[in-house]
Amino acid sequence: MSHVKSLADLRKLKEDLQGKMSLREKSNHPESMVQVKVAMATCGIASGAKQVMEFFINEFDKRNIQAVVTQTGCMGYCYAEPTIEVTVPGQEPIVFGYVDTKKADEIIEKYIKNGELVEGIIPVKYQSIEINKENK
Amino acid sequence: MGKYNMHVLVCGGTGCHASESETLLQNLKTEVLEHGLENEVQVIVTGCFGFCEKGPIVKIMPDNTFYTEVTPDDARVIVEEHLIKGRKVNRLLYTHPETKETVADSKHMDFYKKQLRIALRNCGFIDPENIEEYIARDGYEALARSLNELTPEQVIEIIKKSGLRGRGGGGFPTGLKWEITRKSVSDIKYVVCNADEGDPGAFMDRSILEGDPHSVIEAMAICGYCIGSSIGLVYIRAEYPLAIERLKTAIAQARDYGLLGEDIFGSGFNFDIELRYGAGAFVCGEETALIHSMEGLRGEPTVKPPFPSVSGYFGQPTNVNNVETLANVPPIINQGPEWFSTIGNEKSKGTKVFALAGKINNVGLIEVPMGTTLREVIYEIGEGIKDGKKFKAVQTGGPSGGCLTEKHLDTPIDYENLIASGSMMGSGGMIVMDEDDCMVSVAKFYLEFTVEESCGKCTPCRVGNKRLHEILDKITQGNGTREDLDRLRNLSHVIKDTALCGLGQTSPNPVLSTLDNFWDEFVEHVVDKKCRSGQCKALLQYVIVPENCVGCTACARNCPVNAISGERKEIHLIDQSICIKCGVCMEKCKFNAVLVK
Repeated sequence: MSHVKSLADLRKLKEDLQGKMSLREKSNHPESMVQVKVAMATCGIASGAKQVMEFFINEFDKRNIQAVVTQTGCMGYCYAEPTIEVTVPGQEPIVFGYVDTKKADEIIEKYIKNGELVEGIIPVKYQSIEINKENK
Repeated sequence: MGKYNMHVLVCGGTGCHASESETLLQNLKTEVLEHGLENEVQVIVTGCFGFCEKGPIVKIMPDNTFYTEVTPDDARVIVEEHLIKGRKVNRLLYTHPETKETVADSKHMDFYKKQLRIALRNCGFIDPENIEEYIARDGYEALARSLNELTPEQVIEIIKKSGLRGRGGGGFPTGLKWEITRKSVSDIKYVVCNADEGDPGAFMDRSILEGDPHSVIEAMAICGYCIGSSIGLVYIRAEYPLAIERLKTAIAQARDYGLLGEDIFGSGFNFDIELRYGAGAFVCGEETALIHSMEGLRGEPTVKPPFPSVSGYFGQPTNVNNVETLANVPPIINQGPEWFSTIGNEKSKGTKVFALAGKINNVGLIEVPMGTTLREVIYEIGEGIKDGKKFKAVQTGGPSGGCLTEKHLDTPIDYENLIASGSMMGSGGMIVMDEDDCMVSVAKFYLEFTVEESCGKCTPCRVGNKRLHEILDKITQGNGTREDLDRLRNLSHVIKDTALCGLGQTSPNPVLSTLDNFWDEFVEHVVDKKCRSGQCKALLQYVIVPENCVGCTACARNCPVNAISGERKEIHLIDQSICIKCGVCMEKCKFNAVLVK
């Protein structure tokens, strides 16, 4: 390792290193950012949940969106795997079914960025959909 | 994919380390490899999470899952269930002691809700053996800014304005200490970090050094810049092998990065750090004794003045700061003195780390803002007394402190309040006692410690504490008199007024505070010859209940001193003058006819 010679050097080094820690930093304040939970049961994995999760992690990074992507157990919508739950700060969580990477892209661009609902929502509770419609 | 999507943090503090967290770590790494997750999951060892009661701790990020009491065998289930399938392992989650509900993530644990972590900011978050993780969290930025943008006077002014005071117990303003050492004229000056933590039950400094050694190194370099010193010395006890190892690794890494050594950050400032090992004498936590010990002399204190800031290590100006004090310095410079001084109360700023121990549900390491009440610490963070027993007292400040009772529970914790209540902040040990603890015995325990640890230099401490201990022993043996209580008090005051150093001057505190707060209990011991908690064996009386005794002779046959008399099928009797209170009769009686009073 070459020596860190100035404050500017240190700050540059810090920036390079921060990426490695960002996952931990973010999980200190999950409520303040977009949270995506990917159902990762056997059925989910078989339908490609892993690729979807990877896609979200990479794309959030590329598109500079502050988000936490975690995996969770079976949500019970095995017919609609892969399923994901998306929570935008201050809003009720929404569950999307049949999420492939194309769908994931649509969810990021339309729902997460602009708050527009897209096809494929699984109504968990009738009420939560209503609330989201009002917010829209 | 170049990025991990999950981090598994395994506690590598001394407590968890002792419960096989090292093997657990290896098992987790092996399982991760076997399941081909090495590019997705990063397994990291960290410093203490603080929740030592339920160690070893494993925390999974980003979902903040907090697993407790994890054994090496649990590695497989964590990897297969949680890491692969996203199902939390319920049996390893923390269970609330009262509601019996499992708590899935650390954000919802009472233990963490009231805490504010400044000195412990990186403990249980970063890998202490990886300087890069420290740098990623603003590490060495405070040093770089001090050297490149600020004059030593400006840095001292920042520390003074923040209101930071010594966390080792005395509470001396840190900025003022630095200023005094700066003004002392000499070619050579020293920065000393006091890591000689000796209070029974205290492990704050150890945990900081184990969990975040770079924060102490950075702060020592900043202090060196301020006072005009290029040599730092860490006085650490040899009983802290893990802390020593991590500190050594950290120093070597800092040198590799040019953060210690010559011309740091191109400023022309040179600084390096060496370790000095202590043999574990309590008195060496006192700064003059510490310095003598480092010089190779006996660890005995000398009269102040001269203060070390004028004449310390080998007669040169020396600035001695405690580990926790130093750990506060980098955040103060990074975030500004105004930020720091909004935390805490009027005279005590910032936070304080405490080591919670004793009869409390959550034994562990905590950090709370100054001014938090004892009740919040004991009942909210500590989640109350073990086994639903009644709170009796809390001992703060170690052998130099005192016992606080129910009536002090709502006192905000700060330097002045604790002294006013007859105890002191000390370095942060906090031992909780319940109704089963005898306060005379507690006072005796601390005196035993002081007698053992007294260096023997001055008479009040060497002889006086010995006499105090003898009187307390006499009382617990049931031979105390009322006059003894007056004698205890008088002698305590004499020792306080005449002893040479901090150890002697404060050693009678446990006696005085228990006398003040538990006077009735002392009187019971000497007048009624009773110990209400049953801890003083000599004061117990074994008696036979005539109604229950069937005259089976079991007790009489087993009594080792033949203190029990009585014929077959007749009621037996214990001769109190012979009885040695061994309790065998009670154990042998099948008819509940032996009672202890």
